[in-house]
Amino acid sequence: MKEGAELRNEREFPSSKSGQGVGARLPRKEDDRLMRGRGLYVGDVRLAGLKDVAFVRSPLAHARIRGIHVPERYRDRVFTAADLVGIKPIRAVSGLPGFKISEQPVLATGKVRQVGELVAMCLAPTRAEAEDIAASVMLDLEELPAITDMLKAREPDTALVHEHWGDNVFLETNYEVDISAALDAPIKVTREISTARQCMSPLEGRGVVATFDSRLDQLTLHSAAQMPHITRSGLAECLGMEEGQIRVISPDVGGGFGHKGILLPEEVCLSWLTMQRGHPVRWLEDRREHLVASSNCREHHYKITVYADSDGTLRGIDCEATVDSGAYSSYPFSACLEAAQVASILPGPYKMPAYRCRTFSVATNKCPILPYRGVARTGVCFALELMLDLVAAEAGLEPGEVRLRNLVRPEQMPFDNVTKKHFDSGDYPEAMRRALAAIDIDAIREKQKQGEADGRRIGVGVSIYCEQAAHGTSVYSGWGIPMVPGHEQASARLTPDGGLELRVGVHSHGQGMETTLAQVAHEILGVDVAHIRIMLGDTAMTPYSTGTWGSRSMVMAGGAVATACRELGERARRIGAKLLQHDPASVVLQNGEVRGVNGSVSLKAIAHTWYRRPQDLPADVDPGGLEVTQGYKPVRDSGTFSYAAHAAVVAVDPDLGEVEILDYVIVEDGGVLVNPLVVDGQIYGGLAQGIGTALYEEMPFDASGQPLATTLADYLLPGPTEVPAARLDHMETPSPYTQFGVKGIGEGGAIAPPAAIANAVNDALRPLGVELMQSPITPHRIVAAVLAARATERSAA
Amino acid sequence: MKPAPFAYERPRDLHAALSMLAASNGSAKIIAGGQSLGPMLNLRLVQPELIVDISGLAELKRAEMSGGDLVLGALVTHADIEDGRAADVTRGAMRGVAANIAYRAVRNRGTIGGSLSHADPAADWISALAALGARVTLRSLAGARSMAVEAFVVGALECALHAGEIVEAVHVPARAASAHWGYAKSCRKTGEFAHAIGAVLIDPVAASARVVIGAIDTAPIVVTDAAELFGGRIAADYKQRFDVRVADALLAKAGIDDVAQRHIHVSVLKRAVQEAAA
Repeated sequence: MKEGAELRNEREFPSSKSGQGVGARLPRKEDDRLMRGRGLYVGDVRLAGLKDVAFVRSPLAHARIRGIHVPERYRDRVFTAADLVGIKPIRAVSGLPGFKISEQPVLATGKVRQVGELVAMCLAPTRAEAEDIAASVMLDLEELPAITDMLKAREPDTALVHEHWGDNVFLETNYEVDISAALDAPIKVTREISTARQCMSPLEGRGVVATFDSRLDQLTLHSAAQMPHITRSGLAECLGMEEGQIRVISPDVGGGFGHKGILLPEEVCLSWLTMQRGHPVRWLEDRREHLVASSNCREHHYKITVYADSDGTLRGIDCEATVDSGAYSSYPFSACLEAAQVASILPGPYKMPAYRCRTFSVATNKCPILPYRGVARTGVCFALELMLDLVAAEAGLEPGEVRLRNLVRPEQMPFDNVTKKHFDSGDYPEAMRRALAAIDIDAIREKQKQGEADGRRIGVGVSIYCEQAAHGTSVYSGWGIPMVPGHEQASARLTPDGGLELRVGVHSHGQGMETTLAQVAHEILGVDVAHIRIMLGDTAMTPYSTGTWGSRSMVMAGGAVATACRELGERARRIGAKLLQHDPASVVLQNGEVRGVNGSVSLKAIAHTWYRRPQDLPADVDPGGLEVTQGYKPVRDSGTFSYAAHAAVVAVDPDLGEVEILDYVIVEDGGVLVNPLVVDGQIYGGLAQGIGTALYEEMPFDASGQPLATTLADYLLPGPTEVPAARLDHMETPSPYTQFGVKGIGEGGAIAPPAAIANAVNDALRPLGVELMQSPITPHRIVAAVLAARATERSAA
Repeated sequence: MKPAPFAYERPRDLHAALSMLAASNGSAKIIAGGQSLGPMLNLRLVQPELIVDISGLAELKRAEMSGGDLVLGALVTHADIEDGRAADVTRGAMRGVAANIAYRAVRNRGTIGGSLSHADPAADWISALAALGARVTLRSLAGARSMAVEAFVVGALECALHAGEIVEAVHVPARAASAHWGYAKSCRKTGEFAHAIGAVLIDPVAASARVVIGAIDTAPIVVTDAAELFGGRIAADYKQRFDVRVADALLAKAGIDDVAQRHIHVSVLKRAVQEAAA
């Protein structure tokens, strides 16, 4: 492994002299708490009289419920759908034409449609006793044929997940830009490509503690959730309550990645239960529930043709994409976000005149699919980047060269691609060139000619993607799903001792927002970050927000904090001018002080005077005070586009199928980085998940719909020994549309690795006639492909 | 994922433990390091009425020489072997195997007797000790009996223990100065259970070889007289004579239909042979 230090590109934001503002590599404030085990997660919430819940879950993937038999002695501690009078099912409808609606009952009624579906809720003093009760409940189920293969599910005369639909397709979409213009291209490559079903696997699972405050007439739901305000809206709809009667508190959250972005039937169930019983109740997702019951992600299939000229110039793409959406449409993202998004993002950062994409969101008897870090981008990047390597092989070009020929160029920015995605800024070819240079492609080609003494084969692969982030109203209104982000708000308050309190509606579950938002505020007001407190994750304490998803928090909440702090600074400046007896036009706010020609007064002194010594203020002072709420949207809300080129070198053992990553380079451009240290952390974490997608993670099902990876012994996650010390290089092209030129970067690390690694493995094995088009690339798949290629060669000879 | 209710006893000596087992009529489970039984209890895959925790039995923690053999008490941990706290008569073979079992946290608690009793096909000791020619001593109130490791492991998660019986010790014969050792395994990731294990003890001077193919769906394939795998005789050139077709046929006979799986097993075994010859 080469040393990474020489690649690192450090930079201070020019306006920051204190080392705390935008651009500072500040260690995360929250780590002092989190790393010492002093965080407070939902599992740490202790309330007097708390009782535990365990669920009876469906053991079958598809069955009619004939009966639920509860032992007499547990009659008052077991609850089924029949008890939940007035509770509405979860409905996540998309406004896209033709979308078929699924209703997800919070406890099953009539049918069960996935293994792990909630059937009954059992209450006991401890979880173990609640599980004992759950084990005593007998289900009388009439098994129905399970739909487990999304391609077969589209065929006529197949069994139906939702009978009244008439088929198993949540939504079909069609998008075309003159595909006929590409059909005469000299290079035409067609393949089927697929990505496995995965589990998102945050360290902390979901969890709910529900209680009711009769004085406030308010349900309080503690939940490990990314989007507490959206959870509240969804709960109010299902429970038939006013939103003001519900408070959602999401305390410290141990990773989200999308898994904690949905409204859970468990959240609805426990809300109902605490109001029925008058004492707090708790349910904590265990790892088996996480793996088999609640949600999966990533299961895509592509039938794709790429057209190109003989010099590798792209002429067009024609694709049919299918996504296994599982049994139900999840609130609020719906069952169609993933597949329909494929159509709009498949072309990525490449220029092409012709394009066609047909997508299917298919219902199966599996748990619902949720948008996982990168959402459809990881699958799309995998499909397209694998295809580009085949185009390169056909054209007799280096894979990097094909990218350089087709990537959008910096002088074309801002750029609208074939699906009308609006790229705000960037130099994509430069990122690719830097990655190729850093991985030293020429040296690897030389090394490949020598061969390896240990019989392994070396391969190199590249990939590049764009990550649309913080896309807002104009994008999401088109989806017509229950959640459309508008302006983001933040509240800022100077405290009487000169500290700063910020209230934001996004959340932080590993992103370091308590540090980075403080840096933004510091940049504007000059208050020391040690005296800035960020309040998140509580609907009673924060402005409404759709929450943390889509890599939007720094752009949106960062922008809102900056806007609110500017207004707060302006108010402080006017008060300061009065205290200095200056004309307001002649004073400025600088480094935490209001300065005039004759002197200065600190924000701390201004705050003290405002709150504690109002007698010192003149009568005509602005009565608005030192607390403001302001809203923000970027100049354009079509999203920021960050991107990265990834390059991987692998060694593949063709006899054992083992893959070792020898070197890994990431050249990233996330615009202006508020905290490069935090961004590096995001990239490393994303890379680990991308390696999981590439080589390890898979949730298989048998023909009856039973999930087969039910523990972490079968569902393999990469660990420290599987994740290489990647070398990072940063470019910095500011977004023209956002505060400070920042872009969202939360997901990118997880998007490109499967494609780069698969391309590297294929590069290593191509001389053997092997081509792998399916993730994860397991030892068994490699060896099977090598043996099949050998057999083909023998029969040809 | 919480266990079903069970009673718990932690006896102070082996006789007390055996008495508890005898009284339980087969409804008890023994726990030592708990590295396999713990998760199985939590998943409710096993629901014993009684757990007998033998971790306090000092007589099962001893490692001592008897004749030329090393006798390892059932409670000797993988880490005891890895770190050299237990004596070694295999000239480093067992230390090498121990050091690559799962993760260090597992090795600190997991025991050699527990690993054998659990008989997980993918675990290391059932293959490695069979190759080394080790035997186990089983004890109950009725007395003791002894058998070869390969006879003790009957199938996947199945061993020859009777109700009321416990693995007391493992007898490892000294490895001859002329005997070569090779051990290879393939794991999806560091510390995971292997999906292929090859273990060989080859003595070209004595013209003998023990060969084990492990981590298949059932008990390991143990070939105590492995000449057939080397073209009919064991000699100094055994590395060149290793016959992958014979190994492949053994796997096919064991019911492994998948060609790629067989290829991986044969390749791993070949690596073990190469390591022995190196």
